This record gives sequence, structure tokens and C-alpha cells, in this order.
Amino acid sequence: MSYELVAGFETHIELATKTKIFCGCTTQFGGEPNTHCCPICIGLPGTLPKLNREVVDFAIRAGLAVHGEVAEVSKMDRKNYCYPDLSKAYQISQLYAPLIIGGYVELSSGKKIRLHHIHIEEDAGKLIHQGIDTYVDYNRGGVPLIEIVSEPDIRSIDEAREYVEKLQQIMRYIGISDCRMQEGSMRCDVNVSVRQKGEEKLGTRTEIKNMNSINNIAKAMKYEFERQVSLIESGGEVVQETLRYDDVTNTTSSMRSKEDAHDYRYFCDPDLVTIKISRDEVEQIKATLPMLPAEKCQKYVNEFDIPEKDAILLTKYRKISEYFDEAVEGVKSAKTVSNFIIGQIFRRTETEADKEVFDVSVSPSQLNELVKLIDNGKIKNNLAKATLEKMLDTGKGALEFISESDMGGLDENALIELCKQAVETNSKAVEDYKNGKEKAIKALVGNVMKNSRGKADATVAEEKIKELIG
Amino acid sequence: MGTIAKIHEMLTTKQCSCVELTKSYLSEIEKSHAELNAYVNITEEEALKTAQAVDKKISLGEELGMLEGVPMTLKDNISTKGIETTCCSKMLKGYKPVYNATVWDILSKNNAVLLGKTNMDEFAMGSSNETSCFGVASNPVNTSYVSGGSSGGVASAVGANIAPYGLGSDTGGSIRQPASFCGVVGLKPTYGAVSRFGLVAFASSFDQIGPITKSVEDASIVFDAISQQDDKDSTSKGYVGGDTFSKLNNDIKGMKIGIARQYLDGLNDDVREAVLKASELYKKLGAEIVYFDLTSLKYALPAYYIIACAEASSNLGRYDGIRFGYKTESYDSIHDMICRTRSEGFGDEVKRRILLGTYVLSAGYYDAYYKKAQSLRGAIIKAFDDAFTQCDVILAPTVPTTAFKKGDAITNPVQTYLTDICTVPVNIAGLPAVSLPCGFDSNGMPIGMQLIGKAFGESTILNVAYKYQQTASECFKDTKWGVKL
Repeated sequence: MSYELVAGFETHIELATKTKIFCGCTTQFGGEPNTHCCPICIGLPGTLPKLNREVVDFAIRAGLAVHGEVAEVSKMDRKNYCYPDLSKAYQISQLYAPLIIGGYVELSSGKKIRLHHIHIEEDAGKLIHQGIDTYVDYNRGGVPLIEIVSEPDIRSIDEAREYVEKLQQIMRYIGISDCRMQEGSMRCDVNVSVRQKGEEKLGTRTEIKNMNSINNIAKAMKYEFERQVSLIESGGEVVQETLRYDDVTNTTSSMRSKEDAHDYRYFCDPDLVTIKISRDEVEQIKATLPMLPAEKCQKYVNEFDIPEKDAILLTKYRKISEYFDEAVEGVKSAKTVSNFIIGQIFRRTETEADKEVFDVSVSPSQLNELVKLIDNGKIKNNLAKATLEKMLDTGKGALEFISESDMGGLDENALIELCKQAVETNSKAVEDYKNGKEKAIKALVGNVMKNSRGKADATVAEEKIKELIG
Repeated sequence: MGTIAKIHEMLTTKQCSCVELTKSYLSEIEKSHAELNAYVNITEEEALKTAQAVDKKISLGEELGMLEGVPMTLKDNISTKGIETTCCSKMLKGYKPVYNATVWDILSKNNAVLLGKTNMDEFAMGSSNETSCFGVASNPVNTSYVSGGSSGGVASAVGANIAPYGLGSDTGGSIRQPASFCGVVGLKPTYGAVSRFGLVAFASSFDQIGPITKSVEDASIVFDAISQQDDKDSTSKGYVGGDTFSKLNNDIKGMKIGIARQYLDGLNDDVREAVLKASELYKKLGAEIVYFDLTSLKYALPAYYIIACAEASSNLGRYDGIRFGYKTESYDSIHDMICRTRSEGFGDEVKRRILLGTYVLSAGYYDAYYKKAQSLRGAIIKAFDDAFTQCDVILAPTVPTTAFKKGDAITNPVQTYLTDICTVPVNIAGLPAVSLPCGFDSNGMPIGMQLIGKAFGESTILNVAYKYQQTASECFKDTKWGVKL
């Protein structure tokens, strides 16, 4: 029997608005416990929520970025349940009339993972366990979230990975969240079921929670898929339940069964009014969205002739692509700019975090200036590379390190002179080359490059040296 | 002359100082406390401090606002910063808010002199003030009767002249019913006219804060002051229509006063008589009486109890002993702690309504109860809209009976719920209504009638009420208690 994995995601993303969804407290991460709180988010008697419109804007941006439809009228609902981290004993969320309907995330294969909807809600506080004691920190309580619910369109772990990565990338691109799974600003719950290949009906699904990295999601899904298959094969039935993933043992275990499932008694929150969104407002927000990674990648490939794998690197984070966009203005070879970024500049931004922030000591206009010097034949690539290193070390512009005399090419006689010099002063290298060590020529070329201050053409120099050696 | 105007005159003409006036109220409160039990917290220091500030203003010749220096009270579910706000529940004994309710912010900035917080049914759930953890508040007309509820303490204090005015809250009649029982005036504003920020929530789509006073004029002054739009309350619109005070004495000739036939069903005989007598008086004043049908009226009570209890069950979920309020002493798990805290902290009526509310929202019952009640609500709103195409205000009884004897209401909760039948439709429709005394039963207990208006029709109902008080002043009988100005 061949089994097929069927999966869908419910992803919670913390929005980077200035203040919480229903009060003026900061959404800043961290802080001493219970210091980013006020009577409203602690749920003191008599307090009332007030919707922060910035949250709606951010959610609309998210919805548009995944091709969803923005509702004209949307409502907030109360999801009632009792837990110490939920100060009002209900979470203000949306059930009956969410903000965004539909949408999709397109994978590199062209397959579209459809979305059911996106809604806004408030986050709960955090429980901190210390020995037998448990403490509650309400700083996170009231931080705005969007919940993105997909259809069960995912059929492989690779698809799942890509879905989460793409979602993360898109949301970061539009600047609504930093989507850090380890910090909890992005949390994924995955629904997994199995069925025989060819079967149309969906199997019973389980929900896996508590995976704080994409790798853990992949591992958890693999484990759960195998568990369900082996359960069915041995004659058992999959029970609908919520599981938590344990990354130490790499297993899933039951959190609660269907019988213990909460009845949330959803009803429309009477303290909040209907959210009305005009089509004008939607258009205004649409106009402020940046070009999204997929589109940008295509543009680099088509318009700038950049190889796809490089385009992917350049568009991975918005700041890199913005840097590239600025550096490439009016330049003859976009690929040169791309190479400098992916080569030398990336070496200075080693971690993913560095690349995301892309705080580079050389500004895009400085890089642009350098590349234009190459374009105008004023300097050669090698000098440019060396200069870029110096620029990266100091943050100063190219012209600080390149003088008039460095610019312009080297005439042929001068080149031959330098080659002769190199051969005369590096007898060992010459000897090695004559004895078959091909690589020894590089030392001689390097010598010429050094003495010409990079002005020599390395390829021509190599030719001349070979001629001289005979 | 209304009480507020009288006090204003006394202060500005220096007949007495604000401190003297305040002290006399405080003294009367103390004297009557054992019998009336209207107050649950007397804020003497705070009151005298404000009174001193007002006297200073007077001595400097500064102008005094109408409400400045006027002593008053707040129902104990209205948040007062630094001052205990208990909702007369064990759950909130000792709880001191860290912020002010918007209405109190407004009044305290106007130097209102807070004498203390007054008694109420626990969490505003009740019709007799008997579910209070501080014991019942007595009716000042006859202390063997209840003051009514849930704003029983305010009505008792005002009726007993131990507060010139007070703010209560009305969810299903909690301002109007005790006003009716105690023979005073009670105004429930249009839903959204007064900010709910700081009012401890019972049923969010019904709750409104409003004044209880001796005269219609006083109610108008207080309403005008507190009916401001508040950004902190998304459901608040404020009062859009200028002030009500300047329109009190408008001629009501030609005004169409409607009586719904269904409203006259199931009343005590003397209540029906008194209301009909009032309609005769209005005819003499030149108004036209129009009879009409409001057949959906009978659905208002069940719809109310379903929706209100549903909202209450959600609003009261936060009382778990973790962040504030009562907490049980010993427990063996978080679940145990929460259960015990709530079982011990809440009284029976509160528990009853939480259970009812949870039930009507639960899976399998939501459609049959809550959803159905909401559509009934829509039908009732429409019925009132239609009624107001035929008349300008609706005249109705406030309660089918007069005050209950102490101990009667609490024995049969559902029977007691049924007495809300006249007040509740108004909350369902979110309309304004003012209750005023219109007679007495054979035991001398006050009978109340309501004037119900269109949304934001406060100036009309207060105008029509004012005219009644001018003409039928014998219904506004004073009691033996308190400060005689």
C-alpha cells in the first residue's frame, strides 16, 4: 500500500506594530516581566479594548501579498477559554467574518498552496515554569497576531518546508513581522493526515504543535506520517487529537484528545464595532507594497540577465535586493554588481541575521561608483576587487584609494617590461613552471598585477609571461 | 428648583460652605446607616478634600460650575482610582482600581464631592439589592421593603436625601426599577450615549451608566455632563443633540405619547391605574395619547436573559484569583485554584447567570438560544422603530409591581426575572428611558412610570418628564431622612 501525506498549516505571526492590538502598550520583545502592560491588556474589571487600526493595515498588507481578498466588512469575536496566560479568559479573535479570504502561496514548482483565510487576533501572555512554581508574564498579552490558515494542499515534507520558508520571506519582505521562529514571532501548527494514494477522501488528521524551527517541522511531520501509516497498517485507527512535538526524542505525544477539546463558545464581541474597509483604502495600501521576492527574482533574471541561483540569493532578503536595486542604477553589467555582492560583501555578512539586516559599510551608491569605473574602462576588475576590500574595511569611497595614475590602462610596452621584471625576480616560480607546475604562473602574474597596481590585464600578462619563459 | 440648582445657589451665595454641606451629608449617612445600608464605603477624607478645594474657589471669587461642590455617590461597580470598588461581591472585596471610570474622571474634574460608594446587587445581577455581599439596602419610604436593584444603594441614598444625586448602571432596568421602588427619578441613556469605560461589565451590549436624582432637572444636568463620546469605549457615541437642560420646559402641546397595549398586561391594578392617570394628565397638558400594539414585547424578556447572561458568562471569566481580587486559600492545582476561587467568591445569583450564559453559548445550543435571541433582538428593535413613526415618546409602567418585601424576591429567581418585563425591552432596543414616580399603592409605596424615547431622544423624554413633575408634584414625596436643604 502506498500512502500519501496530506498536510495543512495554521501559522501565527506576531505583527511588528508600534503598540498592541487593543491598547497602547509597546509590542517590543523582552522587557522585565509585566512591565509592558496596562489595565486593558491585563483585563482589569471595567476596561474595554480599542482596535489599533495599524493592525488592520498590516493584516491587509499580508492578505494582498498572498493574493487574498480583503473583506469589506469584518468582525471581532470572543474565543472563550480559561488559562492563566489569558487575562480576560477569552481571546479576541475572528471566526465569523475574518479580514482576509482565500489567497495562495506559490511554490517554485508552480503549485499553489491555497489559503482558507487570514484573521487577526491578540496573543496571550507567557507562562514561565521554575521548579514546581509557575509564573505568568503578560508582556506578550495583547500583541497583535495574524493567523494564516491554509487548505490541506501540501503533499510532501519538501512542500511543507518551502511553504513555511516562502511565507516567512513574504511577510518579512512587506515588513509586517520579523518572523523569527526561535523567538516565537512566527509559530506553526501543522495538521497531518494520511490516505492511500489515489484516495479522494481525507484521513483523520492530527494537529502537531510546538515546533520552533523549520527543521523540527520537517522532522515532526516525518515522524507523524510514519506513525499514522504504521498505525493503519496494523489495523488501528488514527484518533483526532492535538500532539506536541518533542525535539529531544523526535516523537509526537498527545496533548489532548477530541473529548477534552475546548468548546470556545464563540460570539461576536460586543465591545468592538464592525471593521469597515473601503476599496479605496485597499488600493492605497496596495500601492505601498514592495515588489515581492518571486516577482523580483524573475525581474533580475529577465531584465538583468542574472543567473537564477544568484537572483534567488539577491532576493532572499528585502534589504539585499534593495541594496542591489540601488547599486545597479545605470550600470553596464548588473552581473558585476551581483558578483561583488554575492562574493565579497556576503563574506562580510556571514550569518543569515547579518544578511537580513544587511548593514554593510559600503553604501549602494559607493558600489555603484566603483562598478561604473570598470564600465568606463578606468580600472580593471582586479583593482576593483582589491579596492572593494579596502572600502569594506573603512567605509570610504573608491576614489579614496584609486588615484588618477591608477586609472587608465597599461600600455603594451610597460606591460612587457613588468612581465620581464617578474620573470627575472622570480626564478623559482619560473623553474617550477618549466617543471610542469602549471599553477606557478599565477605567482608571476600576481607579481605583475602588484607592480602595475592592478592596472594590468591579468589574462594578457599571463600570455606574455608564458611567451617570455618559452 | 432642583437639588443641584439649590446647592449651587447655596454655595455661590455663601449660605453655607461646601465643607459644612458635605459634613452634614456625611453625618446623615452615618445616622441612617444601620437602617438603610445604602452606602458600602464612605469616602470622608476624599469628600472633604474636594469640598475644601471648592470653598477655596468660592473665597477667591471664582466661578463655580453647576456640579461643582455638589455631593454625590457612585454605584460600587464604577471604577474609582485608589478607592475600593467591590461590585458588592466577595470576589472584589479590597480591590482598588488603578484608573478612573471615564464618567468619574469627568465629574471629579468638575469637583464633584464623592461621599462614598453605594450598595448594589452583586455584579449588578439582581432586582432587589439582596444579592449584595454587604446585605440589602432598604427602601427609604418603608425599610421593610427593598430598595430594588441592582442600583439599590444609589436609589435609597437619593430617596433618603443622603446624596443629592448618584450614578447607577442599567442593564435590564437596574436604574429605573430601584428609582421606581424608591420614588425617585432614574434615567437610562441611549446605549452609547455615556462611556462604559470603567464600568465593571455585566452585559456589554446592554450596560449604560445613568443618573438617579430627586428631580428631572437634576437628571438632565448630570446627563448633559457625562454624555461625552469617549475614545476608550468603541461603542460610545456621546450625546449628539446639544444639551437637554435648555429644552426641559418646552411646550409639549401636540406631543404624541404612545401607549403599547401589551405594556398594560400583567400589572398590579394600582400600577395600571397610576399609569393611565398619568396619561390623562398629559392629555390636559395638550398631548395626544396614541394606543398601539407591540406584539413582540413578550419576546424581550427571554431574549434579554439569554443574551445578557451569555455576555456576562464571558465578562466574568476573568475572575480567577490570579491577577486581582479574591483567591482561595488552599488548592492543589491551577484548575483547582480557579474553581475554588470562583465557587467561593461568587454568590448564587451570579453563578446561576454564568451557568445559564455558558449553556446558551455552548456547542449544540448556540443556534437554538443565542442566535435565535439575537434575531429576536433585531425584531424588537424594528418594532420600536415602527412605534416611533406613530408617536414621539412611549409611556409605560416601570415595574408591574411596587417594591418587594425583604426576603420575597430572593426565594424565587425566575419569578423575580419576570418583573423585569417592562424595563428590559428598552435595553434590548438600546433606547433611552426615564422612570419617574406617578403614584402610590395602598401601602404608600411608590409607583413608577417610564417615558421611553427614540435613540438619542433624551431631550424629548426629559422634557415630557419635566412637565409631569411640574404638574404632578404630589407624586414626588420627600422622605423623613437625611439633609433638608
